[in-house]
Amino acid sequence: MIKIENISKSYEVVKALDNISLNVERGKLFGLIGPDGAGKTTLFRILTTLLVPDNGTATLMGLDTVTDYKEIRKNIGYMPGKFSLYLDLSVQENLEFFAKVFKTSVESNFEMIRDIYVLLEPFKNRRARDLSGGMKQKLALCCALIHKPEILLLDEPTFGVDPVSRKEFWDNLKKLQKNDGITTIVSTPYMDEASLCDEVALIQNGKIMAVDTPQNISKGFHHTLFGLKSENNYKTLMFLREMDEVNSAFMFGNSIHLTLHNHKQFINVEQKLREKNFNFSMERIEPNIEDSFMELMEKE
Amino acid sequence: MSNKVIEVENLTRAFGQFKAVDNITFDVKRGEIFGFLGANGAGKTTAMKMLTGILEPTSGSGKVAGFDIKTQRNKLKYKIGYMSQKFSLYEDLTLKENIRFYGGIYGLRRKEIVERTEKMVERLGLGNIENTLIAEIPLGWKQKIAFSVATLHKPDIVFLDEPTSGVDPITRRQFWDLIYQAAEEGITVFVTTHYMDEAEYCDRISMMVRGKIEAMGTLDELLTKHDAKDMDEVFLKLAR
Repeated sequence: MIKIENISKSYEVVKALDNISLNVERGKLFGLIGPDGAGKTTLFRILTTLLVPDNGTATLMGLDTVTDYKEIRKNIGYMPGKFSLYLDLSVQENLEFFAKVFKTSVESNFEMIRDIYVLLEPFKNRRARDLSGGMKQKLALCCALIHKPEILLLDEPTFGVDPVSRKEFWDNLKKLQKNDGITTIVSTPYMDEASLCDEVALIQNGKIMAVDTPQNISKGFHHTLFGLKSENNYKTLMFLREMDEVNSAFMFGNSIHLTLHNHKQFINVEQKLREKNFNFSMERIEPNIEDSFMELMEKE
Repeated sequence: MSNKVIEVENLTRAFGQFKAVDNITFDVKRGEIFGFLGANGAGKTTAMKMLTGILEPTSGSGKVAGFDIKTQRNKLKYKIGYMSQKFSLYEDLTLKENIRFYGGIYGLRRKEIVERTEKMVERLGLGNIENTLIAEIPLGWKQKIAFSVATLHKPDIVFLDEPTSGVDPITRRQFWDLIYQAAEEGITVFVTTHYMDEAEYCDRISMMVRGKIEAMGTLDELLTKHDAKDMDEVFLKLAR
């Protein structure tokens, strides 16, 4: 459905995308996972035909982003990272405006947005400027869907959004995938959202570090991972980082994730902590996407 | 010196009929890392604006760094630091120029600015980018620098509004190393975040829902009280 081949793009001296290739199959929910400045927005702007790559080609539904841009624009829904609706129009007016631009009406495609729209309906006469972050994001999604696109391109739709609104948003994406078979590429800096995608690409400094299912990415972690909890995690962390046996030690919520040069040395580590009277518990744990992402980052 | 850096009683701010902050009472101890959570639109920003002397409360009272948030707002501003994800440093000034500018605003003497700049450059390893425009520095670095600039004048308390949004996972943790260091030096940290793992790094966490503080305590207290496995679950239970 979406095919990206050897795409590169530079801005003056900065290489935003460095020879990227990706395939997204029809009906999949595909995640682009990486921090700000990784190149995610540049890739979206190429896919939405707003930017021409320096090298390489991209096709959506078999159409080329450079030569067939007019046809592509009719069949994709795009939610840019920056809120781009009309702030001085109401919820209802924004929807009607976008429907008209795509030569359709809100009524004729209402089924697709019904679930999201019911949450917005109480505020339908409110100006977009006065909506909360979560509501703005729902309105932007409705506007991106109003012309029944086959492909949805969402650039950091949950950035700066609280955990509850984020969860609702992802529930909506899952429903759209199930009920309408829509193909989606969504980018996010939140690693926990990666596990909700069918497939993800981890992207950093314009390069793709890995592409796989979230399960396989977690499994690809190269070390034995230990989780450690103590009374004062920060002090423990500082102490661990001084140890020769320790390969990496990072805070993860209320525990420390630890890898060793040789996992059998965990006995030495426990011994040293006990000698210093640290009150702690340590066990082997399964790595998650964030562990893998950090391991890949350190390798680069 | 009082052991409390923030003391707030029945603080309320209304916009017309709507109470953005509705009668909140709490305090924050010196040297504490205090997590200030809540959904979008729960009233966090309004509360922070009152605590930093930018917005006058409709009713209630409070002191921050020993100064009254109603009557001593200008004095208060010298004793606090502030940074956010949206705005922190001037993009078209170099790193050094930003430091000199902020140092000047906070009334530091030239000699102090030079000394503290040197220290900061050394601590963060910034020697080669001193004269680089902020616009050309990657976000992760920028946020670490912004934090150091916000604490350049050694404030009693620093307010951080979603400081790590969009930052990569390793830099996010380095940022928290800086927070811990500041706390150990006695600077109180007041921080908002949408990353629930970061909420778990705080000494105490409060949770705002529709203008009110619905929960406050240490991580363990909140997990026990709400029968949850992590902060994410606590947040979902309270904010729904």
